[in-house]
This record gives sequence, structure tokens and C-alpha cells, in this order.
Amino acid sequence: MTQRSFELPVVGASGRVDHPAAAAAFNADVARTEWHDASLWFVREKRDRAASTVPGWEELRARASAIKEHALTHLDEYLVQFEANATRNGMQVHWARDADEHNRIVHGILSAQGASRLVKSKSMLTEECGLNPYLEARGIEVVDTDLGERIVQLRGEGPSHIVMPAIHLRKEEVGDTFHDHLGTPAGLAEPNALAAAAREHLRQRFLAADCTLTGINFAIAETGGFVVCTNEGNADLGMALAPIHIASVGIEKIIPRVEDLGVFLRLLARSATGQAVTAYSTHVHGPREGQALHVVLVDNGRTRQLAREEFWRSLKCIRCGACMNTCPIYRRSGGHSYGSTVPGPIGSVLTPGLDLDRYATLPFASTLCGSCTAVCPVMIDLDTQLFRWRQRVVENGHVSLAKRASIDGATRVLDRPRLFRLLGAVARIGLRILPAPLARRAAGVWGRTREAPVPPPQSFRAWYRRHRGGAA
Amino acid sequence: MASSVALFVPCYVDQFFPHVAIAALTVLERLGIQVDVPEGAACCGQPAANAGFAREGHSTIARFVDVYAPYERIIVLSGSCAVHVKQHAGEVAAHGGHADTAGAGVAERTTEFCSYLHDELGVDWIAGLGATYDGRVAVHIGCHALRGLGLAKPSELQVRPFDKVRALLGAVRGLEIVDLARPDECCGFGGTFAVAEPAVSTKMGRDRLRDVATHGAQALVSTDMSCVMHLDGLARRERMGLPMYHVAEVLAGTAGAR
Ligand code: SF4
Repeated sequence: MTQRSFELPVVGASGRVDHPAAAAAFNADVARTEWHDASLWFVREKRDRAASTVPGWEELRARASAIKEHALTHLDEYLVQFEANATRNGMQVHWARDADEHNRIVHGILSAQGASRLVKSKSMLTEECGLNPYLEARGIEVVDTDLGERIVQLRGEGPSHIVMPAIHLRKEEVGDTFHDHLGTPAGLAEPNALAAAAREHLRQRFLAADCTLTGINFAIAETGGFVVCTNEGNADLGMALAPIHIASVGIEKIIPRVEDLGVFLRLLARSATGQAVTAYSTHVHGPREGQALHVVLVDNGRTRQLAREEFWRSLKCIRCGACMNTCPIYRRSGGHSYGSTVPGPIGSVLTPGLDLDRYATLPFASTLCGSCTAVCPVMIDLDTQLFRWRQRVVENGHVSLAKRASIDGATRVLDRPRLFRLLGAVARIGLRILPAPLARRAAGVWGRTREAPVPPPQSFRAWYRRHRGGAA
Repeated sequence: MASSVALFVPCYVDQFFPHVAIAALTVLERLGIQVDVPEGAACCGQPAANAGFAREGHSTIARFVDVYAPYERIIVLSGSCAVHVKQHAGEVAAHGGHADTAGAGVAERTTEFCSYLHDELGVDWIAGLGATYDGRVAVHIGCHALRGLGLAKPSELQVRPFDKVRALLGAVRGLEIVDLARPDECCGFGGTFAVAEPAVSTKMGRDRLRDVATHGAQALVSTDMSCVMHLDGLARRERMGLPMYHVAEVLAGTAGAR
């Protein structure tokens, strides 16, 4: 764990996410940090190459952003339109105000049919809602069927990335996990062999399942249909086999028209993994013969975020994960350091809206470099929203009095240029007269890994007065 | 007021890097620009605002508006301070005898050193300086200068490539620029981030330095001394022997003179 001599905006009292401490713990393993960074940067570069093949990429981003802004500002109409059309298509539409209501609805559907074996795919929303523990406590077996999600599920962890849930693990660690849970030979770490073992294991679960649950990438108001994008075909297998299909979706995933899909499908996979398109883009417009198809529309804080003038644009997110792959902090701190289902820049903008006190360190886990904003396929102004959350964190008093006092002091000083210069001189002289280790301690955290600037004999202002005779 | 052009020297440059401000002033004067460096505003308020204290920093930027309102052009010797002024000076309401619009005017008329040279004077004029530098350098453009001011094409965007800093340095005889594996990766300074998230900040800086070193650069040239303060602090701790300069020092011919 890190030792901290600098007062953070929120210190890790019980239950609060302490991103700096978690990030320091992650960085203690330098090799892992470098490998994690390199893996994600590789994906970011693939994304760059894929984006460069699309003429008018920036126009496409602007179009996607405009469609999402339109949909979000007319969400009430589009949701009702979707419900009507989906119902006409033979789907049963449910509305969930929050995570708990979502979980109750899903459990209700399962227990009404006497179902007890659920295969799940592609749903960060159910992670957000804590569906797995809720159902498991009620005797339902839940199996995540995306390979990455299954790995973290077996390990009792949450996903560390919304598109690559096990990106924090090395293949040897996956091998150990499979050895413990699936009985693969000890030391087996060859990716294809591990994938084959997982496929075999999952196939049995698919065949035995009496219900499948998927997420939704795009719900289309105009048609009442929806699209699920995956790379492994597991969602399709689940949908093809199970007698009940539940699709859970955040209400922000609505798009107005089917023709809008052309914009989003061109952006999504390229932004996410650098693929031209996901291996499977499955369009669902109604239940299979004899199958029950339920759609659960979930709010869980989204209408509250929509009402926030400063933050509603964060709901444009299509969950591609590009902002994570590009974020220099995410790459070097790992998804788990955010303590939030959605990590990285977008997580640091969405999650504080759910509980500002608990997630107060997240908006500060950024240099505001702006790479996320530039990479985001729907042009969310992520760095600006992080800046705004910082103001809200401080205004709401989630900051120690000591830090506030010191900043107040600094502001007063900086308002009085002469006093500032005096203190500057003292500081500079201080660095000269103190023994290096003491000066280092005074420079606190800075000096743990960095030298302080070499103090010059005089400030620029002093030089300027002497050489340009400036007034003062 | 002797001139309609003002140079703003941010607090940390004034205190720790006076030679950079002297170089910038020298370059502007040699190019025939008469420049004032008015007293009365030590800071633009960005450090407080980025730490979540925009309200407390407000009086600081209000003072900035007071001091710089009379000038037609305000050249800021830092990309991130320039972005802060451009984005937030407009929020300063009427006060101290200035009109409501003073803040917006200051925001509008504020630019950054390299942008000013490139956009308003032009590379040909800069070539007239006759600057020389013998060696291979890596270029680090601060993230705010890059994405906030548009000093170069950010690697994320799919637009025609451009790089104003390289264009300026192209006017320096003998100077060779090396390409980095990650041309615009953040250095990890980030103001209070450097001390709020020391582990990640340090790792980012070390990674940036490794990219510079493995590509054979003999020095680093940057648009922002805040990035340099962090990178140079790390490099000196690790005895890398990598000198770092502001673009102004290279153009003034004082890089390497220290
Ligand atoms: S915020 Fe943008 S970049 Fe990040 S996951 Fe959402 S859509 Fe992708």
C-alpha cells in the first residue's frame, strides 16, 4: 500500500474508493503494470488504424453524437415508441427504476417459469445491478458465458474492463484458474487450449440452461427491435437454445431509427477493438417460435444524470471502451482500482453521479490530458466533465479542511504578487540552504521520485526589473 | 502602456525557469515585437481550478483579467495556462472598473507562445532568427497545448497531419527531431495529479522518458515547463543526463548554454 503524505480530496475512510492507494498497489508490480499498459496501447493503436480506413471518421463521430443527443433529449417519446413496437413484436417490456427492481423483475420471470439455470452474456448492466449475487442467493445458477467474464466470475472478481473483462490477467493466471475450476492440467497456459477447455465447459451450461440473459447495444424505437454485438457468438447460442430470453438494457441505449445503426455499427467495433465489425451483430425483432422474450428497461440513476446540465452528455456512451484503452491512468492502474463497474474516464464521469461521497477520488484520477475526449466515438467531453465533477466534489465538502485551508492560503498569496514573490524567494533560498534530504522531505510527495527544480539565483521578475526597468 | 502585446509568465516559470521567460522575451523582441510584461498577476488560477477549487481560483483569474484587459494580444508562456484563460476568463463578471465583457475579450485575445509565433508571425519570419542547434531532440507538446490549443494533430483524430511546433523547430539549423513510439502520450504531471496520484504520475513520466531515451534523443524540447519540471525532476533523480528545453530557448539560441 502507498504511504501518503499528501492529503487527498477524500481519504479512504471505510467504504470509500481510494483510487490513488489502489493504483499504487497496482504499480507495485512494475512488470504487470507495463504489460497491462502495453496490451491496452496495442488495442488503441489497432483502433487508430481501423479508424483511419474510414473516410469521414470525424464526421461520423459528429453524426453519432448528434443522434445520441437528439435521442436523449427526446428519450421519453422514444422509450414509449420502443415499448409499443417491441410489444407489437411479441416482446414483454418491463420498466425498472433501479438495480433492485431490475433484479426482482428478472427473478420474477425465472421463478414464474421454474427456471433455475441462467446463462448470461454481454451485460455490464447486470454487473452494475449486482444481479449475479442476487440470483445466486435465491438458488439460481448463473453462468457468464463471455470467455473473459467467465474467467473473472470463476475467480470471484468483477470485470476490469467493459469490453475485455479479464484484460488484467496473464494467461498463466487464467491457466491456474481453469486448473482449479475446470480441471485443466496444472501449468496449461496455451491460449487456444484454454479457450477449448472453456468452450467445452460452457457448451454443457448452454445445453442445460433454461433461460438466457443478454445485454443490448442498440434498441431501435422505430422498429421495436434491438441489436446485440459480440465476438464469441455466445449470446447467439444462448438465444437459440434457451426457452426464455431476457434482454436487460439501460434506457440510454435507445436510438430513433434503424438507419442510425449504420452510423453506430461502423464506429463501435473499430473504436472498441480495432475490428471493422464485431463477429456477430445480431438483430432481434421478436421471440423465436415458442420462446418468451422479455426486455427490461433500466433507469438506475440514468434519469438523474440526464437531469444534470453539466453531465447528461455522458449518457451518449455506447460502451466501446476506447476511453479506457487510451487513458494513460487506466492503463497504469487497472480497472479494479476504480471500484466501479464501469472504470476509466467514462466510469469516473458516470459513477460519481450514483454516490459522490463513495467515488470522490475518481474525477481526480486523470491529468485532464483529453485523449479520452478525442477518441470517444460519440464525442463525449469527458475531460470537461471530470473537471466539473472536481468542482462538485469540493463544493460538497468531500475534501479535508486542511487541504481547503492550504489552497485558500495559496490563493491569497497568489493574489498579492509581492507577497508571492517574497515567499517564492524564501522557498528558493530554502531549497538552497536546507540539506538535500530535508528539502526533499519538505517537497513531500514530489520528492519521493523527483528532484525539485534547481532554484535560480533570481526570478524572472527580478531580472526583468533590472534589465527592462519594469514598473514596480 | 508601452505596447499592445503582453507576455504572461506563469508563476512557476517566473520562480524556477526565469531563463525560459528571458528566452521568450528575447525571441519576441528580436522578431520586432514590442512586448510588455505587466506586473500584478502572478497566476491564472488554473492549479486551484483543476484541483476542484475553481471558486477559490476565481479571484486569481479575475485579477488576470484586470491586468491583461488593456492588451490587444496576450501571449502565455504555457499551453495549459493559455487553455485555462481561454476557457474560463469569460466567466469573470464585471468588476474593478471593467465591463462585463472584459473577461470574454481577454479569453479571445489570449494565445500561447508557439501558437503566436506560428499563426501570427509565420515560420518564414521565425527562420529570420537564424537559430541553430546541433543535435537530435524529442518534442513533447503539453496535452492542453496539443488538444486544447491545437498545436499539432492529436494521434486520436483522423484529420490531415500538422505540427506547429515541428514547423517552428524546422527553422532551426542543425536540429534533428526523433520520432517517438507514442508521439503524444501524457507525461503524467497534471498539476495536483502529480502529488495526488504519485504512483501513476511517476510511472507515466518514466515511461515517457524511456520512449525519449530509446529513440536516441539527446535532449527534450517542450512547449510547457510544467511537464518539464516533472520530467526533469524524474530524469535527474535517475541520473539520465537528458537536458530539457522550452521551444523558446531553442529559438533564442540559449538551449545548451546553461
Ligand atoms: S465514453 Fe466514449 S470512448 Fe468511453 S466507452 Fe463510452 S463511447 Fe466509448
